[in-house]
Amino acid sequence: MRNIGIVSYGAHIPRFRIKTEDIANAWGKDPKTIENGLGIIEKTVPSIDQDVATISVEAARAALARCNINPQDIGAIYVGSESHPYAVKPTGTIVGEAIGATPILKVADYEFACKAGTAAMQTCVAMVKAEMIKYGVAIGADTSQAAPGDALEYAASAGGAAFIIGKENVIAMINETCSYTTDTPDFWRREGSKYPAHGGRFTGEPAYFKHIISNAKNLMELVSTKPEDYNYAIFHQPNGKFPLKVSKMLGFTYEQVKQGLLCPYVGNTYSGATMIGLASVLDVAKPGDRIFLTSYGSGAGSDAFDITVTNEIKKLKKENAPLMSDMIKNKEYIDYATYAKYRDLLLLE
Amino acid sequence: MRNSVARFWREIPQRYNFLGNKCGSCGRVYFPPRETCPICRRKSLGKMEKYKLSGKGEILTYTIIHVGPEGFEEQTPYPIAVIKLDEGPCITAQIVDCDIKNVKIGMKVQSTFRKIQQDGRIGAIYYGYKFKPAEVR
Amino acid sequence: MRDVAVIGIGLTKFGELWDKSFRQLITEAGAKAILDSGISGEEIDAMYIGSMSSGRFVGQEHIGALVADASGFSHLHIPSTRVEGACASGGLAVRQGYLSIASGINDIVVVGGIEKMNDVSGTSATGTLATAADQEWESFFGVTFPGLYAMIAQRHMHEYGTTKEQLAQVAVKNHKNGALNPNAQYRREITLEQALKATMVAEPLGLLDCSPVTDGAASIVLCAAEKAKKYTDKPIKIIGSGQGSDTLALHSRRDICTLDATVHAAKMAYKQAKVTPKDIDFAEVHDCFTIAEICAIEDLGFVKKGEGGKAIENNITTLDGQIPVNTSGGLKAKGHPVGATGVAQIVEIVEQLRGEADKRQVKDARIGLAHNVGGSGATAVVHILEGM
Repeated sequence: MRNIGIVSYGAHIPRFRIKTEDIANAWGKDPKTIENGLGIIEKTVPSIDQDVATISVEAARAALARCNINPQDIGAIYVGSESHPYAVKPTGTIVGEAIGATPILKVADYEFACKAGTAAMQTCVAMVKAEMIKYGVAIGADTSQAAPGDALEYAASAGGAAFIIGKENVIAMINETCSYTTDTPDFWRREGSKYPAHGGRFTGEPAYFKHIISNAKNLMELVSTKPEDYNYAIFHQPNGKFPLKVSKMLGFTYEQVKQGLLCPYVGNTYSGATMIGLASVLDVAKPGDRIFLTSYGSGAGSDAFDITVTNEIKKLKKENAPLMSDMIKNKEYIDYATYAKYRDLLLLE
Repeated sequence: MRNSVARFWREIPQRYNFLGNKCGSCGRVYFPPRETCPICRRKSLGKMEKYKLSGKGEILTYTIIHVGPEGFEEQTPYPIAVIKLDEGPCITAQIVDCDIKNVKIGMKVQSTFRKIQQDGRIGAIYYGYKFKPAEVR
Repeated sequence: MRDVAVIGIGLTKFGELWDKSFRQLITEAGAKAILDSGISGEEIDAMYIGSMSSGRFVGQEHIGALVADASGFSHLHIPSTRVEGACASGGLAVRQGYLSIASGINDIVVVGGIEKMNDVSGTSATGTLATAADQEWESFFGVTFPGLYAMIAQRHMHEYGTTKEQLAQVAVKNHKNGALNPNAQYRREITLEQALKATMVAEPLGLLDCSPVTDGAASIVLCAAEKAKKYTDKPIKIIGSGQGSDTLALHSRRDICTLDATVHAAKMAYKQAKVTPKDIDFAEVHDCFTIAEICAIEDLGFVKKGEGGKAIENNITTLDGQIPVNTSGGLKAKGHPVGATGVAQIVEIVEQLRGEADKRQVKDARIGLAHNVGGSGATAVVHILEGM
């Protein structure tokens, strides 16, 4: 898979934030206990006029702004999410139209809980390798929903990132990718149901940890690497604690993990989680840096990537779109009542 | 269902991508695109060329809507403005990512892609342009 | 071209009229006007009916035929036409009737205006009124009617220093006049403080800066001037009629604060009447929102552009002022049954010129002007009248 990789990238998170403290107080829970237990201080909240389509468009447009690609050369767009605006009618076509990539374009929407975006990346890599397309856009974005009062409410947030995959002017080569998949019902949302359900502690060891650890070990075996060979490691981040624990279990250090760990201030953007983590790393990465990325999607599966940053990254016009750090700083707090209104928790009909 | 999907679909190039046109005779830019240039009139027939605007402009006037029309009730209060685009044409759009108190005549703005309205819970979703202050990234 | 006179007028009460249907309202107004004129049904050459959106308010189109029928004239097969220009529908119907006589085609024409707005919900009525704006490029994005005029107000305040107090004074003045009008929807005065503290609708316009949702109908009978004295000894001549159009969307206007359609229509009417703004003794202008009255007195030439606010403040347009404006109470206090407004304005002007305006009578009223606008200014129609 030499020379195939990321040509450009872009990300978007909404401006609004709600503090863990305010959610906890709304439900009569102790804020400090929750903050310490989950490792989340605040999360992003989409406004009433934002959804996965608008976030995906912002991210894709940001990616295009940073490079010189003619949108008509984009041959495929895959958007992964578990909160697509329509159950039937793809988000990908809205993005395609909004970035001027239509009509000679392959599009489909993906769903695999939090790893739908990385699955889209694998598809784009394969299509570029098979020379079916010149460039593909893989997007992972969510405006994830959690039942009010549920533990997930502190983490479920909104955001997404877009990666343009190709063979020319690659800023980060995707050396290898592998996946680990089983049928494990740890977290799900039934058709027609507004909120997801989950298996409590079952989502930990047999789900998140088993798949990430197994997959990570498989990837390192495939490319003959050890944790210390990497400059950065990005793991799926459903809360601020799991990624720290799993990285430690695998032998990675906090130093390697911290740049890609956004959950404490952004929350869990589900299909966007590892994707925005990768965007954050690329914001600062230097030529030669090696990146280890392992996503996790409930249901369950994990996608892992071994990435090497190239010299081309110096030519990327990063300043043409906001960095993750810019967007994290650009925030406005809302209270629980406003949050409930925006997140449609109050049934208005 | 309140709106016509066909009518919306026809205007996607304008609402998503600011596709206007330019008079081949005098060079004036129009948004939304026109069949003829009002200045050149018959001289412009058949000479209107596609032209993509940048989506950047400045607030000419605005108001804060407190009583919203059907479908917008949940969004109030929201600012709506007449924006003079850099290329010349003026349009009407909501202002977002800005404290209501800070919306001012003369404020420089740039477009952003947002959900404009939807046809209840089962109808279509209509996307389009809103504007945020130029300095918001 | 021959002269045209108003020989009969009629009006229903304006308000929330639950007991009266669309058909009842228009026939009531028509009957009053016809009786006032002294003509017989057989003498009517044509009817013109103004109604903005009977289809959305009462589900009924084909109004021309309906009104002729409801009036009892179907066996006479009178040509009857519905005229539409948003809130200027009534004024346009007056002009169409006028043109048909001036051109020599008709001798006697009945003009009516009607709107029955309360049978639908408030939200629905608001949505219907918004169809006067640009659906694809204004309404689609969430701007409301008050929103459009509020943007005019913001710009007017920015450019000319017009204040919220001046806007409120328009409402206070019109309510004061409305209190003297037995047919007005609102017959009580309001204070400046009430107007300023009213619920905000679209900044800077509050509830009391906005004309209400109203049911009502009005009617006039027009006659060739050379034949008018046969029917009445107080015929009132239309000495000038003008009309103008402009861009549909507010954002496309040459100047946000000027309704060029008004300027154009007024010029046309002044020219025909061979008068200037200084010759106008009093006027009924289109105050759908307080800011609209301020712009109107500027665009009609009563005061310079930008000085409308000061004029209100200096009481130039009160009932006993230099040029009384909206002695009827205006759209604000009299009410604004959209299609009826333009015709109702003529009714007020005629009452004044006949000396029959009772407590609202303007002293020495000789020449009056009616100004009716559609939407945020895409249509305007002006009529100037004088006692014969």
